Amino acid sequence: MDILIQNLLNALQWGSFYALIALGYTLVYGVLLLINFAHGDVFMVGAYIAFFVATFFLGFVDLSPWLTLALTVPLTMLLTAGVGVTLERVAYRPLRRKGAHRLYVVITALMCGLMLENSNLALLGASRKKFPELLDKVIYTWGNVSVTNLKLIVIFTAIAVFILLEFIVTRTKIGMAMRGISYDKFAIPLMGIPIDNVIVFTFVLGSGMAGLAGLLFAMSYPILEPYMGALIGWKAFIAAVVGGIGDIRGAFLGGFLLGFIEVGVVAIFPSSYRDLFAFSILLMILWIKPTGIFGVAKTTKI
Amino acid sequence: MVMSLAFVMLTGCSKEEEKIKIGFNIPLTGDIPKVGEASRNAAEMLKEEINSQGGLEVGGKKIPLEFYYEDNESKAESAVNVALKLIEQNGVVAIVGPNSSKQAVPAGGTCNDNRTPMVSPWSTNPDTTKDRPWVFRAAFLDPFQGPVASNFAAKQFNAKTAAVLFDVSNDYSKGLAEIFKSEWESKHGADSVVAFESHGTKDQDFSAQLTNIINSSPDFIFVPDNYNQVALIVKQAHDLGWTGPFMGSDAWGSSELMTLCGKDCIGQFFSTHYAAAGAKGATKEFIDRYTAKFNETPDDVAALTWDATRLLLQAIQDAGSYSSDVKVERKAIRDSLSTIKEFAGITGSMAFDSQGDPIKCAVVVRIDENGQFVFAESVCP
Repeated sequence: MDILIQNLLNALQWGSFYALIALGYTLVYGVLLLINFAHGDVFMVGAYIAFFVATFFLGFVDLSPWLTLALTVPLTMLLTAGVGVTLERVAYRPLRRKGAHRLYVVITALMCGLMLENSNLALLGASRKKFPELLDKVIYTWGNVSVTNLKLIVIFTAIAVFILLEFIVTRTKIGMAMRGISYDKFAIPLMGIPIDNVIVFTFVLGSGMAGLAGLLFAMSYPILEPYMGALIGWKAFIAAVVGGIGDIRGAFLGGFLLGFIEVGVVAIFPSSYRDLFAFSILLMILWIKPTGIFGVAKTTKI
Repeated sequence: MVMSLAFVMLTGCSKEEEKIKIGFNIPLTGDIPKVGEASRNAAEMLKEEINSQGGLEVGGKKIPLEFYYEDNESKAESAVNVALKLIEQNGVVAIVGPNSSKQAVPAGGTCNDNRTPMVSPWSTNPDTTKDRPWVFRAAFLDPFQGPVASNFAAKQFNAKTAAVLFDVSNDYSKGLAEIFKSEWESKHGADSVVAFESHGTKDQDFSAQLTNIINSSPDFIFVPDNYNQVALIVKQAHDLGWTGPFMGSDAWGSSELMTLCGKDCIGQFFSTHYAAAGAKGATKEFIDRYTAKFNETPDDVAALTWDATRLLLQAIQDAGSYSSDVKVERKAIRDSLSTIKEFAGITGSMAFDSQGDPIKCAVVVRIDENGQFVFAESVCP
C-alpha cells in the first residue's frame, strides 16, 4: 500500500511536467492549428533563464533564497514568454502572412527547436549547469511514504495552472476571441477582433507556462543541459494528442496519464520496457478514439 | 605562374616537418563533457612539455607531437565514426580513448579491424580489449573493481544486503552492476541483492526505481553510474527518505561531481584509480602542475589520459625508429606496446597481461566535508 501511494505521488510529480508542457502545445494548436514543435525547447530555454535569473539574484544582488524564488517565478515566465513571442514574430507570422501551408509552419517550428538547442550548446558549452537550491527542502514522511515540499508545490502548480487556463479560455473575452479564431480565422477579423494580438497572447500564455515548468523542473532535477527539452517535449506532445490536442482538459489529463503509465511500468517491469509499454498503451487509446480522449472530430478546438 | 605555383608546392612539401600524429577520441559534448575536457587538458599539458624540448626523441631524432582531438559526443556510433576519421583522414599512428566503455567497446573493434593501436585511458569493461590484439588500456578492469567495491562496502557499512541501480544502455554501468551482483551473492547468499533496478541514459526521474529500492530496505545502494546521473540519483533518494549510504564506482570520479551533486554526495564512498588528496612523488608533481595550469584538481580521467598517452609515447620510443609509412609505424607501435611488461604511471605502476590489460591497484575514496576525494583504502590484486 505504501509503495502504491509513494508511486502515485512520484507519478503526479512527473506527470505535472508533461501536463504543463502539453498545455502549451494544446493552446497554440487550438488557436492556430499549428503544432509548435519548438515548444519543448522553449521549456529548456525557460529552465536556463530561471538558472540565470536565480544565480543573478543570489550571486550579484545577494538576496535570500526565498526572495530570489519570488522574483524568479514571474521573471522567468515573462522572459520565456518573450522567447515564445519572438519565435512567433520571426518564424511563424511571416509564413502565416504569406499564406504558407500548415506543413511548412510545422517544419519551421522543428527548425526553431533545433536552433534553440544548438545555439545554447554554442553559447554556453556542453558542461552541465547546476541549478541553485532556492527552497529549504522539507521531507514529510508517513510510514514508508515520503514527499518533499517541492513535490507538493509542483503538483499544486500544475493543477492551478490548469484551472487558470480553463478559466481564461472559457470565461474571458480574450478566451472567447481565441475560440473564435479557432472556429474561423477569416471571419474573425471582420468582427473587429485584432487577430495578431490574440495569437501573441496565446504564445505568451503557452510559453509562460513552459517557463514555469522549466523553473520547477530545474528545481526538481537540478542539472541542466541543452537537450533536456527535446525528449520531454516530444512526449508531452504525444500526451497532448492522446488527451485530444486543442483541448485543455485533454492536455492536462494526457500529461498525467503518461506520467502514471511511465512510473507504473518502471515500478513493475525493468526500466527498458518503459517507453515500449507506455507508448503501446497510448497507441491503443488512439485506436479506440483517434481524436484523443477529449477530442472532437473537427470544427472548433480549444 | 604555373611554374611558380609548382615551386611553392614543392618547397612546401619538402619543408613540412615530420610529426607524430596521435588521435584523441573523447567526449567533448553529450552526457559527460567534463571527461573529454579533462582528457584534453592532460594531453595538452603533456604535448607542451614534450614539444618545448623539440619533440619526442625516437632513435636519436627529435620529432614533435601533433594531437587531434575529436568529439565522440558520448555516443557509441559517433565514437566509431571518430575512430574512422582519425585513422583514414588524419592518418594518426595511434588513438587514445574513448574513455567510457560505452564508446570504447565499439571503437575498439573499429581500431582493431583497421590495424591501428588504441589505448583507452578510462574504460573498465573487459570487452574493450578482449581478443583485440591492437587495443590496450590504462585502467583496471570491472571484474577487479566489482569485488573491491563489494568487499569494501561489506566491511565499511557492515552490510548483508545490497541494492543496485544502473544504466541499462551503458556497457560500463551494466557490466559492473552484473559483476557486483554475482560477487555479492556468492559471498552473502542468493537474494542478498534485494533490488536490481535499471534506468536509461537520458532519464532524469528515478523515483519509481528508488521507491522499489528503498522499500526493499537494503544496507546500502550500489550506483555504478556516470557522475551526472549520480547527482540526480543521490538527491532523489534523499528526497524519498533514504538516509543510508551509497557505494559508487570510478565513473563518479569527475571534478564536476561535487559541483552538480553538492552536499547530497558528502560522506559517500567510491572505488577509483587514484586519490588526488595526499598524493606523493610523480603523482603529486602532476597534480600540482595541472592545478596551476587549469585551476582545478585533476580527476582520474586526466591522470589516466596522461598515463595512456605516455604509455603510447614509450612504445614509440621503444620501437627504436620512426617510420614515415603510417601502416608500418602502427604495426611497430602495436608490437612495442605488447612487449611492455611494466610501466610506472602516475596512477600507480602497472603490469600487462596477455589481453593488454594492466594489473594495478584500486583505491576507495571518501568524499569529505569540503568535497575533497580522500583516500580511504587501497586494494591491490
